[in-house]
Amino acid sequence: MPETTARAKEVTAEPDLEEIEVRELIRVIPAHHARANDPEAGDLPGAMNLDAVSAWYGAFRAVRDVSMAIPSRQVTAMIGPSGCGKSTLIRTLNRMHEVIPGSRVGGRVELDGQDIYGSTVDPVRVRRVVGMVFQRPNPFPTMSIFDNVAAGVKLAGPRPDRPVAEIVEHSLRRAALWDEVKDKLASRAVALSGGQQQRLCIARALAVEPEVLLMDEPCSALDPIATAKIEDLVRELRDSVTIVIVTHNLQQAARISDQTAFFFVDEARSGHLVEIGPTSAIFVAPREQLTQDYVSGRFG
Amino acid sequence: MNRMTDTGPVPARISLEPTVAEASRRRRDRAWTWACFAAAGTIVFLLGAIVAMVVINGLRSLSVQFFTEEMFGYEEGGALAAILGTLQIVPLATLIAAPIGVLAGIYMAETPDGRVAGLLRLATETLAGIPSVVIGIFAFTVIVVPTQTYSAFAAIVAIAVIMIPLVARSTEEIVRLVPGSVREASLALGIPQWRTTVSVVIRTAAAGILTAIMLAVARGAGETAPLILTNVGNQSVNVGDLGNAMDSLPLFIYFNSGLPSEFLIGQAWAASLVLLAFVLVINVAVRARTIGRRAA
Ligand SMILES: Nc1ncnc2c1ncn2[C@@H]1O[C@H](COP(=O)(O)OP(=O)(O)OP(=O)(O)O)[C@@H](O)[C@H]1O
Ligand SMILES: [Mg+2]
Repeated sequence: MPETTARAKEVTAEPDLEEIEVRELIRVIPAHHARANDPEAGDLPGAMNLDAVSAWYGAFRAVRDVSMAIPSRQVTAMIGPSGCGKSTLIRTLNRMHEVIPGSRVGGRVELDGQDIYGSTVDPVRVRRVVGMVFQRPNPFPTMSIFDNVAAGVKLAGPRPDRPVAEIVEHSLRRAALWDEVKDKLASRAVALSGGQQQRLCIARALAVEPEVLLMDEPCSALDPIATAKIEDLVRELRDSVTIVIVTHNLQQAARISDQTAFFFVDEARSGHLVEIGPTSAIFVAPREQLTQDYVSGRFG
Repeated sequence: MNRMTDTGPVPARISLEPTVAEASRRRRDRAWTWACFAAAGTIVFLLGAIVAMVVINGLRSLSVQFFTEEMFGYEEGGALAAILGTLQIVPLATLIAAPIGVLAGIYMAETPDGRVAGLLRLATETLAGIPSVVIGIFAFTVIVVPTQTYSAFAAIVAIAVIMIPLVARSTEEIVRLVPGSVREASLALGIPQWRTTVSVVIRTAAAGILTAIMLAVARGAGETAPLILTNVGNQSVNVGDLGNAMDSLPLFIYFNSGLPSEFLIGQAWAASLVLLAFVLVINVAVRARTIGRRAA
C-alpha cells in the first residue's frame, strides 16, 4: 500500500507530464483566436456586458458578482467545475433564469449598451435576440422537422418578410442539417438522431435571427462525430452571431472559443468568475493558480 | 495474502442446498403469486361474464327495427328514440364539459403552486366524488322545478357536471407530463407564455387530452341516475327540442327491463349491448392509441 501512494505522489509531482498535457491542449487552439484583438469586431451588434451579475434560487446565491464582457461575433467559452453556476449565469443572459419560481437576478446585463433587465424591457423581446440551445436536444416532440424550425417565426414576433419555407431552409442550411433532412421535412423531429436533433434545435434558434446564441453544454449528450459537427458549426456561425458556450470539455473550449471564462465556487457554494481572457492565454499562461490547476486537469 | 499463515479452521465448501428459511420463502412467494393471479382472474372473469351475458341476450333481440323504429305499445318497435336521444345528450354534454374541463385542467397544470389552482384542485376532486344521483337531484332542483318540466337540457347539464371533473383531472395530469424542456425551448425562442401554453404545450398534449375527453364521454353515456331525475316521460323521437324530455339508452334500459314483457326486456338487452359496445369501442380505441404511442 505505501508503495502505491508514493508512486501517485510522484506522478502528480512530475512537472513534465502536466506541461505535456497543457501543450496538447494548446496545439489544438487554432490561429483564428487572433479575432480577440480585432478592432472592427466592436461595432457589430450582439455585444453583451455583465456588471456585478448575481443570481439567486430563493435564498441561495448561485452566482456572485460576475463582471465580464462578451464581445460581438466571437465565441466565449465558460468553463468550471460542476455546480459553479455556469448554467445559471448563461440563463441570466436571455432572462430565462427568472422563469424558475423564486429566482432572482441582481446586477446589470447589457446588450449593445441597453440593460436587458430594464423596467420597460419585455423578456420575450430579449429571448428573440438572445437565442438558446440546451444541453439535451429538446425538439417539440409532436411537431414535424419543418414546424420545429418554423415555430419561433410562426408563433411569435412580427410577420416575417420572407416565406416561412425559405426561412426554414436557410436556417437548416446554417445549422448544416439541410442535406440530411430536406427529403423528410414533414416527419417527426423525434425520429432524428441525437446529433441531428441538436442541430435541429440550433436551426430552430437561428430561424428567429438572434444576434447572440447561448449554448449550454450542447454536445454533452452527443457522440464524438456529432460533437465534431457541432464544433464546425460553431466556428462557422461565429461570423454571423455572438456565441456563448458552456462546456466541460476543455479541448472543446480550446478548439472553438476566442475567449474563455473560468468559474469556481466559494465557501458559500456561490459561483464566481476567477479569470477571463483570450483562450490561448487561459490555457497557456493563466494569471491565477486556480485556473492553472483546472486547465491542467488537476481537479474538476 | 495472510491465508498461508492463518491457522484458523479450513472454511467449509459452499453449499447451494436450500436452507429451511429459503424453502419457506419460496413457498410463501409461490402462494402470493397464486393469490395475485386469482385476483386478476376474478376481474377478467367478471368482465367476461358481463360481456358474454349482454352479448348473448342482446344479440337475440337485436334487429333492424331496433335501430329504425320507435316503441309502439308493449310488443312492437325499437329504440330509435333512445338512440337519437343519447346521440344528442352525450355530444351536447361533451360540448359543455370538454372546454371547461380542459381549460381548468390546463390552469391547474400550468400554475401548480398557485392558491387558486390548489382550491380548484380540491373542488375538482370533491366534485368528482359526488354521487351522480346527488348531481341529478341538483339539476332537478335548479332546472326541472323552476321550468316545471323534465327536459333534455336538465339532463345535459347533469351529465356535463359529471364529466367536467373527469376531463379536468386527466387533462391536468396529461399537461403535467409535457416535459419542462419543451416549455423552456418555447420560451427561449421568444414565444410568449400564453402562446407557449396554447401552441406548444397543449399541442404536445393534444392526443392525451382527446383521450381524456373520450373516456369522460364513455362514462357520461352510461349515467342513468341523473337522467331518471331530470329527463323522463317521453318515448317518442325528439330531435332538437331540448326544452322537453328526450329518451336515451340508459333510460330505455332502466324502464323496459322492469316491465312484464318478454319483448321489452329483450329490447333492454339489445340497448345494453349497444351501449356496452359504444363504451368498449371507446375504451379499446383509447387503449390502442396509448399503446401505439408508447411503442413509437
Ligand atoms: N432550479 C434550481 N433550484 C435551486 N438550486 C439550483 C437550481 N438549479 C441549480 N441550482 C443550484 O445552483 C448551483 C449552480 O447550478 P448550475 O446548474 O448553474 O451549475 P453548472 O455550473 O451549470 O453545473 P454543471 O456543470 O453540472 O451543469 C448549484 O449549486 C445547483 O445546485
Ligand atoms: Mg450546467
